[in-house]
Amino acid sequence: MEQTKYLVVGSSHAALEAVTAIRMHDTEGSLMLLTRDPHLPYSPTVLPYVVSGRSAPDAIFLRDEKFFARQKVQLKRGTALKALHVERNAAELADGSEIAYEKVLLATGASPAIPPIPGIDTVSYHVLRTLDDATKLNAAIKQSKQAVVLGAGLVGMHAAENLVKAGARVTIVEMAKQLTDGYFDTTAAGLIEKAFTDNGATILTGSRVVKLEPSAVGAKLTLENGTALEADLLLVATGVRPNMDFLAGSRVEQDKGILVGDSMQTSVANVWSAGDCAQARGFFTDAKVMNAILPDAAEQGRIAGMAMAGDPGLKAYPGGVPLNTYHFFGRHAISVGSSRVPEGGEVVTRFDEASGRYLKAIFKDGCLLGIYGVNEFFDGGVMCQLILRRVDLSAVKERFLANPLATGRELMSKLWR
Amino acid sequence: MGAYNTIAFDAEKCDGCGDCMTACATAKTGTTEISRSRIQIAGNAAEGFELALCRQCGDPKCVTVCPAGALGKDYASGVIDWDGGKCVDCLLCTVGCAYAGIALDAGTGHVAKCDMCDGAPACVPACPHGALKLVTTSRIYNEVGNWEDLFAPGLAGCQGCNTELLMRHTLRRVGPETVLATPPGCVPGMGSVGFNGTTGTKVPVFHPLLTNTAAMLAGIKRQYKRVGREVNALAIAGDGGASDVGFQSLSGAAERNEQILFMVVDNEGYMNTGMQRSSCTPYGAWTSTTPVGQGSGGMPSQGKTQDAKNLPLIMVNHRCEYVATASTAYMEDLYDKLDKAIQASKRGFAYLHVYSPCTTGWRFPTDQNMEVARKAVETNFVMLWEYNPRDGLQFTRPVDQPLPVTEYLKAMGRFRHLSPDQISHIQGKVVENLAFVKQMAQRQSA
Repeated sequence: MEQTKYLVVGSSHAALEAVTAIRMHDTEGSLMLLTRDPHLPYSPTVLPYVVSGRSAPDAIFLRDEKFFARQKVQLKRGTALKALHVERNAAELADGSEIAYEKVLLATGASPAIPPIPGIDTVSYHVLRTLDDATKLNAAIKQSKQAVVLGAGLVGMHAAENLVKAGARVTIVEMAKQLTDGYFDTTAAGLIEKAFTDNGATILTGSRVVKLEPSAVGAKLTLENGTALEADLLLVATGVRPNMDFLAGSRVEQDKGILVGDSMQTSVANVWSAGDCAQARGFFTDAKVMNAILPDAAEQGRIAGMAMAGDPGLKAYPGGVPLNTYHFFGRHAISVGSSRVPEGGEVVTRFDEASGRYLKAIFKDGCLLGIYGVNEFFDGGVMCQLILRRVDLSAVKERFLANPLATGRELMSKLWR
Repeated sequence: MGAYNTIAFDAEKCDGCGDCMTACATAKTGTTEISRSRIQIAGNAAEGFELALCRQCGDPKCVTVCPAGALGKDYASGVIDWDGGKCVDCLLCTVGCAYAGIALDAGTGHVAKCDMCDGAPACVPACPHGALKLVTTSRIYNEVGNWEDLFAPGLAGCQGCNTELLMRHTLRRVGPETVLATPPGCVPGMGSVGFNGTTGTKVPVFHPLLTNTAAMLAGIKRQYKRVGREVNALAIAGDGGASDVGFQSLSGAAERNEQILFMVVDNEGYMNTGMQRSSCTPYGAWTSTTPVGQGSGGMPSQGKTQDAKNLPLIMVNHRCEYVATASTAYMEDLYDKLDKAIQASKRGFAYLHVYSPCTTGWRFPTDQNMEVARKAVETNFVMLWEYNPRDGLQFTRPVDQPLPVTEYLKAMGRFRHLSPDQISHIQGKVVENLAFVKQMAQRQSA
C-alpha cells in the first residue's frame, strides 16, 4: 500500500493553498495530491470564460508539473477518492487500491446539483463545473439557436450572457422571485435583469419546470404555469452540492457539507476539510454555513494546511464572509459581506438611474456588515477588512457612503498597514 | 532568491500635491488622469496623507484568489506581474487585497497595479518633497547573501546584540584571504577563537593580548609580505582593548602606517567581563564600576563623571590612510566604508570605528538595538564621518535637524538616573563635539 504523511484530495484553490501552507512549515514530509480531474489544477471560477472563448483552455492552469516537482508533491490526476476509511487511515481509490495517510485534507469541492424534475434523465443537458464541461459548452454555444438556462445564479447568468452574445435566443428560468438571489438585492438584480432583457434574453423568475421531455429541437420544458419552451441547448445551473459521498458510513460528521471547526478539522482528529465541500462557521453567525466562494476556499485551505503541518503561526478561522464579483454586459457588480439586514440594522442606498450606478450598505451599531455596488468600484478587500475588524464607521459614515473608495483607503492607512 | 527594492512612503513629508499620481498616470496610461494612477494618495491635509499602493507582498493574496492564473510573483524582481492575456476582469483580486494595491482602471476596464516601472518607478523622482523613496538596502543582501560566511554557525552573543551581524558581514566582505586578530572582549567571547580545539572562523584567527593586538597583527602581515603572500590583516577589537590598555600598540602601528585594517566595536565599556567602564564610556552612564547610588562623603554616585575619549578623532591625528566611524543602523554607509578601508589597508593603516549598542550593558530591550543605534546618529550623539589624508574629514550622513539628546538617552536604562544638570552637560557635549568635528571637516577640506 502506498503511504504518505499528508494526503490532499482535490486540486483547486483550497487544496493548492493547503499544499503551499504545508510546505511553508514542513518542506520534506511526504505529500500526495489526489484529484479526480484529469487536468492540471484550475479554478471552477474561470470556466465561464472558457465557455465564452475568452480564456484558452490550456492557459488557465494555476500550477504546472514543475511546481509539484519543486514542492516534492506527488500529483495523481484522474484519480477519484471512492471511500475514506478513517478507522484505519486509508483512502480507497476508484480502482480499489488504497493509500495510507497520516493526515488528510478533503478539498473535494462540489458538483452540480441536478434538480429532480420529472423527465430530466430523458433529455441531454449541460452542466458547468469542470474544464471538460466548459469545453463542451463552448462548442455547443456556437451551434445554439434557442437555449434555456435553468438557474439564475452567477454560473447560469454568465453562461446565459455568453449564449446571448453568440446569437442564441435565451430564456433563463429561475425558481426564486429574483435572479442572482442571495448575491444581490432586488435593485441590483433589476439592473442585471434589464441588461439581459435589453440584449434580448427572456427572464422567467418565480418559475418552476415541472416536466422535461425530448423534442425535435432537443428538449421540451413545461413550466408550472403551463408555458412550454423548446431548447436546443439546456444548461442546468441550479446550484451545487458538496462532494462527500466518499464519507458515507464514516464517523466524519456531515450536515449540508463536511462539518469543520476553526482550524478546519473535522470530527475526526487527522481529517481536515476546506473549500466548497466544507461547512464552517460564518462570520455573521456562529452556525455553520456553506460559503462556497473562491476567497474563502483559499483562506480555509491555508488554515487547514497550517494546522496539518503544525505551524505555530496558525490563526483561527474568523468565519466566512460572502464575497462576490460579477461582470455582465460590460458592467461590474461587487458584493462584500452580508446581504441580510439584521434587527436594528440600517440600510443606506444610493442609486443614479442615469448612470446605472448603485450602492448599498448595511450597518449595525455603526459597523459595516455588507456593501455592494453596481458600476461603483470600491476596494472589496478593504471593505472586507472593515467588516472583519468590526470598525465603527459612525463618525465617517457620510463620507464613506459618498466615496467608499477614497474613505476606505484612508481608514485602511490608519487602521492597518 | 534575493531581497527586493521597495517604494517607501514618508507620510510626514507628503503634502498631497499629487505629482506622484500624475507621473504614474503619464507613465502608465499616457494621460494625466490621476484616478488612473497606480499609486494613490488618500487623506487630507488636516489628518495627514496616506498611501494605497501594491506592496508586492511576499505571500500575495491577490495571486491566491485569481481564478485565471493571471497574477504571479516574479521571484527574481519581487514584482507581482499581471498577465492581461489571462485576466478575465473578474475583479476578485481587488476583493483579496486588503491594501487597495490592485484596483479597477476605469480607462481600460481592467485591473491595474504597480509594476515598479522595471526598477525605476516614475513616481519616486516626481515627488518634490522626498516623501517617496526607492529603498535599495536589499542590495547588500542580494550582493553578499551568497558569499561564504567565514564565521562558524552558532556564535554565542547576548540576545539582540549587533556584533555577530557586524562580524559576519565584515569577514564576508574582507574575504577568505584574511588573518584575523580578536583580542579579549565580546568578539572572542562570542566564539571567534573557537572551542575545543577548533576555531570559530574559516580563516586563521588568533587571540592576542589586550595590549599587543596591533603589534602582533603588524608582525604577521609583514611576515606574509616577506614570503610574498598577499593577505588581509584584520583586527576586530573592543573599545576597551583599543582605547585603554591596547592604545600604545594601536598608536604605534598607526604611526608606522602598518598595512592592516583595525576595526573597533565600540560598546562603550568592558561588557563581556561584567560591564566595567572604559575610556569610551560616555559621561553619566551607569556601569558596574561607575555605579548609581548613595556614594560616599555626602557625594552620591551618578554614573561616570568623565567624558568619553574620542578615539576615532585621535586616530585621524595619526594621519592614517583611512579613518571612519560607522553604525549598524546604516549598513550601506558601513559597507561603503568597509570597501574603502579594505583598499586603504593595502597602502597603510585603516581604522574603522563601529558603534555597537549593548543590550545587556546599556539596558534596553533586545529588539531595540538598531533603534538605539539610529537614535545615537539622529541626535548627533554619534557622528558618521570618514577621513583620508587627501580629502580630509567629511560627514557621510550629516544630520541637519538633530533630535534632542534625551531621545537617545531615554531609550536605555544606563542613563535613567540622570539629573537635568547631567542631561544638559551631555547635550552641551554633543553640540561641542559637533562643532569640533565640523571645524575639522572645514579646515581639512579647505
